[in-house]
Amino acid sequence: MAEVESTRPGAFQTGYLPTRESSVAGDPALCPVIEKPILEIDRLSLWYGKKLALKEISLQIPEKQITAFIGPSGCGKSTLLRCINRLNDLIDEVTIGGRILFEKGDIHDPSVEINALRKRIGMVFQKSNPFPKSIYENVAYGCRIQGINKRSLLDEIVERSLRGAAIWDEVKDRLDESALGMSGGQQQRLCIARAIAVEPEVILLDEPCSALDPIATAKIEELMEDLKKDYTLVIVTHNMQQASRVSDYTAFLYLGELIEYGLTRKLFLNPTKKQTEDYITGRFG
Amino acid sequence: MTVSDKDRSGRLRRDFFGVSMTALCGGALALNLVLILGLLSVISWQGARFFWQKDLPEFTLTDGSKILGEIHAQQTIPAATAGAGGERFQIRLGNRDLTGGDFRWIDASAIAKRGLPADAVLLERLEWGNFYGRMVELRRGAELLAQGSEAVWKAFPALHETKVALRDEIRRLEKGEIGDVNLEIEKLRLATRRLELDAPPADVRARRQAEIDLELAERQAEYETLASALFAQRETLATETLVMEAADGTRKEIPVGAIVRAIRPNEMGGLAKLGLYASRVREFVADEPRESNTEGGIFPAIFGTVMMVFLMSFAVVPLGVLAALYLREYAKQGLLVRTVRIAVNNLAGVPSIVFGVFGLGFFVYTLGGSIDSLFFPEALPTPTFGTGGILWGALTLALLTVPVVIVATEEGLAAVPQIVRAGSLALGATKWETTWKVVLPAAAPGVLTGVILAMARAAGEVAPLMIVGMVKLAPTLPIDGDFPFVHFERKFMHLGFHIYDVGFQSPNVDATKPLVFATALLLILIVTAMNLVAISIRNRLRRKYAGSAV
Repeated sequence: MAEVESTRPGAFQTGYLPTRESSVAGDPALCPVIEKPILEIDRLSLWYGKKLALKEISLQIPEKQITAFIGPSGCGKSTLLRCINRLNDLIDEVTIGGRILFEKGDIHDPSVEINALRKRIGMVFQKSNPFPKSIYENVAYGCRIQGINKRSLLDEIVERSLRGAAIWDEVKDRLDESALGMSGGQQQRLCIARAIAVEPEVILLDEPCSALDPIATAKIEELMEDLKKDYTLVIVTHNMQQASRVSDYTAFLYLGELIEYGLTRKLFLNPTKKQTEDYITGRFG
Repeated sequence: MTVSDKDRSGRLRRDFFGVSMTALCGGALALNLVLILGLLSVISWQGARFFWQKDLPEFTLTDGSKILGEIHAQQTIPAATAGAGGERFQIRLGNRDLTGGDFRWIDASAIAKRGLPADAVLLERLEWGNFYGRMVELRRGAELLAQGSEAVWKAFPALHETKVALRDEIRRLEKGEIGDVNLEIEKLRLATRRLELDAPPADVRARRQAEIDLELAERQAEYETLASALFAQRETLATETLVMEAADGTRKEIPVGAIVRAIRPNEMGGLAKLGLYASRVREFVADEPRESNTEGGIFPAIFGTVMMVFLMSFAVVPLGVLAALYLREYAKQGLLVRTVRIAVNNLAGVPSIVFGVFGLGFFVYTLGGSIDSLFFPEALPTPTFGTGGILWGALTLALLTVPVVIVATEEGLAAVPQIVRAGSLALGATKWETTWKVVLPAAAPGVLTGVILAMARAAGEVAPLMIVGMVKLAPTLPIDGDFPFVHFERKFMHLGFHIYDVGFQSPNVDATKPLVFATALLLILIVTAMNLVAISIRNRLRRKYAGSAV
């Protein structure tokens, strides 16, 4: 851990290359090579202060598929997700090593404009977080930020996004009401509509159903199947049934390390590692 | 005693303690409520009572003399004085020009007879306060227009009405046309001065001076005409006189034009008194003060207070909100920010007069002095901005109240969940866009809470204003019809100071005591009204963002 101690907290170690080989990289059984990856995570490490939270994680995320990150609490799956749209930049004393390539470009490259990156990689959070604005303005927000203010165009985008998030029929008559008056499930679908309104390529979902009842959860899962046609989805979930139901690929993380990554069907039916098997069968976690 | 008995008694003791502590807390709250209600009811009662017309009894004393006046106060004679144990009355006699005083104490034992004569008249006058007596004659110079109490009472209203109209006309002339001409003359004087300061070439200067002189001569002529017209009208105002007879038989000739209203209190029914009450309240709220603030209305003070508070709000909101935004959203939370926060909180505890002294030194002398020497050099040595004024008063109070706004805004900002900020950033918004379009609107109710507190504080603050522009009597309002319509440099009147001035600085404290309560009541009502407006805005915002945590 010598390189950990010497790392200055708060500095991005772009282009930092670790000294040892990752445990899973290169082993096709544990970490398959994806043919057309949209995101390539390459030996990514992350420190909170001096605490190592992610250990040289390497994996590739396929385009227009659903990839799930699973693992027990504190394993670093949400942290990994937030690395992808650089939301960890907001936290003081975070140090990142390794690379994340988004369509072959390093997201930490100084020439990358962070706001443009976040527009292309949208995010839905664990707790629904509608803005204190009307339903319409919530969806239109991202577009307004981009400088789109033409009413007719916004109307079109809002309707398309709300339809895309399967919530249009429920809210079309009350677009001017506060978004905070909606139910939890509706709020979460509104947040999805808000994310797709800016037409991202990737949508990150950070435990999107953890605060929802089973019916609302089913609706979101159904929606994710639809969204897959147009977007690449990466979901963090606590719920293994959910991961097995909705995802195409699954990554299992434990204590900041990537234990196993592969096709969901294979990972759940025939895990290579003992730890994975223990976790998915509920023996720990 | 068994163990369980001991247990039970212990539990009982603790239950009893719990109940008594609850009662103590409830009692403290009840006491507070009683104190506040008591305060409000005392002020409301005393303030509202002031405008009600009481009966006007005539007393025949045991020595045969007669006095006419309103009973102002009643008390038991203290034990140490003669006639101890009996009652005595403080009678408001008015007629200050005849007797030199307004009030007289009379022992109940000295009163032989008490009656309510129907023809007893109360005159409210522009000068010298009330007159109590009976109408005797109405004259125009040597000519007798009416004679005898009833005849004069019948003839008076019509004549009085014309005089009131004339009085309004004179005021319009004084404030309007003559005021305008005076303003023009003053401008020309300043233009002359400006010419001296600019020192253009001799020929240009001579030509411009000639222009100014020509204009000045015109204005002077105009002024002369107006002044003589005014003089003539003043003469007309004073032609008719009302001869009054006081209770002791002394006669007094009073110009009809100097009378505000004449009433016969003992003849008035409840409805008439109610009408009088309404008209007096209207006068109090809408008129200017007379007789060094002891009579008339307090409109300039209301206007000054409200305008000053508005100016203060306009200054304090951007200042406080931007500072809070930086402290909460941008600054790295560390020792320095903690220190700044403590300093800001402590700023709210600095004695207000200290802010006044700072305002005098910085705003009035430094800032105002610089503005004067840059923009108004021709008026010097008479200061324009280099003296107390409503702008400096408002800015001083903005400094005084800015900590309140900062603290309330910071609390509002802190209550906005971090995940909402992250949601905005994740959509590609910059930090500033997030702060401005998402976080600040969500924190708006918190900001308004700060504004409400700041306004209440500012409306009640007197000490610092006394040295940065508040005056006992301002001849003009800070907003009027003269260009540029809003005069930030003008001095202003304030209800808080008015209360002090009327109650404790006037020559006739007994007579003005009720005015203190009435003014205080009005101050409370105005602060309440302003707060209600702010609260309703805040509630609208809260409803709009229903469910937000702030």
